[in-house]
Amino acid sequence: MRETQHIVKSYDEELQSISTRIIEMGGLVEAQLADAIEAVVKRNAQLGAQTDQRDSQVDAMEREIDEAVVRLLARRQPMADDLRQVLAALKIVGILERCGDYAAHVGKRAVMLAQDRETPGIAVIGRMGKMVRDLIGDVLGAYARRDPELALSVWRRDQDLDQLYASFFRELLTAMAEDPKNINACMHLLFIAKNIERVGDFATNIAENVHFLVLGVLPAGKRPKAAKGDYSFEQ
Amino acid sequence: MDEAMTGMNEEVGLSFGADDSEPLGQTPGSASGAETPAKFVSRGVDVFYGAKQALFSIDIDIMPNEVTALIGPSGCGKSTFLRCLNRMNDIIDGCRFSGSIVLDGEDIYARAIDVVHLRARVGMVFQKPNPFPKSVYENVAYGPRIHGLASSTADMDEVVRTSLERAGLWEEVKDRLHEPGTGLSGGQQQRLCIARAIAVEPEVILMDEPCSALDPIATARIEELIDELRTNYTIVIVTHNVQQAARVSQRTAFFHLGKLIEFGDTDQIFTNPRAERTRDYITGRFG
Repeated sequence: MRETQHIVKSYDEELQSISTRIIEMGGLVEAQLADAIEAVVKRNAQLGAQTDQRDSQVDAMEREIDEAVVRLLARRQPMADDLRQVLAALKIVGILERCGDYAAHVGKRAVMLAQDRETPGIAVIGRMGKMVRDLIGDVLGAYARRDPELALSVWRRDQDLDQLYASFFRELLTAMAEDPKNINACMHLLFIAKNIERVGDFATNIAENVHFLVLGVLPAGKRPKAAKGDYSFEQ
Repeated sequence: MDEAMTGMNEEVGLSFGADDSEPLGQTPGSASGAETPAKFVSRGVDVFYGAKQALFSIDIDIMPNEVTALIGPSGCGKSTFLRCLNRMNDIIDGCRFSGSIVLDGEDIYARAIDVVHLRARVGMVFQKPNPFPKSVYENVAYGPRIHGLASSTADMDEVVRTSLERAGLWEEVKDRLHEPGTGLSGGQQQRLCIARAIAVEPEVILMDEPCSALDPIATARIEELIDELRTNYTIVIVTHNVQQAARVSQRTAFFHLGKLIEFGDTDQIFTNPRAERTRDYITGRFG
């Protein structure tokens, strides 16, 4: 955070308040995600349903922050790092809202999965969940502390989650091929894993915005990704 | 605490690192496209008012058919620099200039330069609209007449008309050409002053806070006009309004305490300035 302050104090307060609320919203999404994953792993239908309901809270925060951003743009005409901060806020809020949606989807499927037969491999969801929560937690930390290095580390680490997703994908295909009775539950797990993997991608998008916010440029080069062939059944 | 910090920064200017030695951003001569020669090349410009130094070794290239905005807090030297470009500082007692400013290859501070002719090539529009206490027509015709730019009444009518058209004022004043220029609204008066500057066919138009006495609508009209004029003229504008600099200019120079701190593409200056002082100024954190 900058030590120098705006001549107009309320401008500082408004910028600060947007930042604070984004961190709050991020915390809410983190908790929602954690609960959704726990609901899957522990087969807890009630917890799954709760995370789904909690999504409206995240949506409300998004609207609230968006409005604050629009007001600030109209009234202050931010420039330079202030401008980047406001633009990043607008984008990060949108991304967080979608993370919330995915957490809610996972919650919904946790409800259905809890009523289905037990399937092997559910532990992988726990591992993916841990990874994605670390990514989201770190990227929110990077945002809160304006730390581009930490943001870059999230940006790079997402490929581990991609790899885990790819191998889990193959595992599920095998399980379904072995016993068609697994198909229903495995499909749920597949979508859950896909949702978690997407949240990891969103974490990298937030990381890019943090990088831009602090340094004025996006991270250089292409984001490291898992190789394509990983998704074929034969391998 | 804030004030203490500020005081410290002023004293140990070195805490800004590169800021104090070399301005950040485009180095002179490297300004976009080596193929286009700069209209004005300023090198090592120092200006003193008596014993007080107002400008310190200013190097800037001003590109043709672009709007260059000079910004910075009051007393930073931006208006002083602007006035160097058509030697308006010559008329100030105790003002001393050193360094060089070259306009299209010609040193405008050379002995052989005819200052009156220079000021016809490099016109100026001031902060407060200052039409002569004469008719709209005479305000525009005055310059061409003393410079012998129109040989007949019909010629002069044509010059007045085109100048007013280019200044976006013709439609509003064509039926009142012989009424006093001072009877127009503030925004119209400023456009009349721009028409007056254009009438002598300048190459460069200098504008010193041209909108600071105008309401937002009149300001918007002038800004729109500045953008149109750029096709035919090179424009240098001093403004206190950083948003205005962002809106109208292609390049921005930030001055502080008589030094050029940063010079670069306007887009870059307002989204990602390199110097901390530029950033603090344009974001409203200065002081």
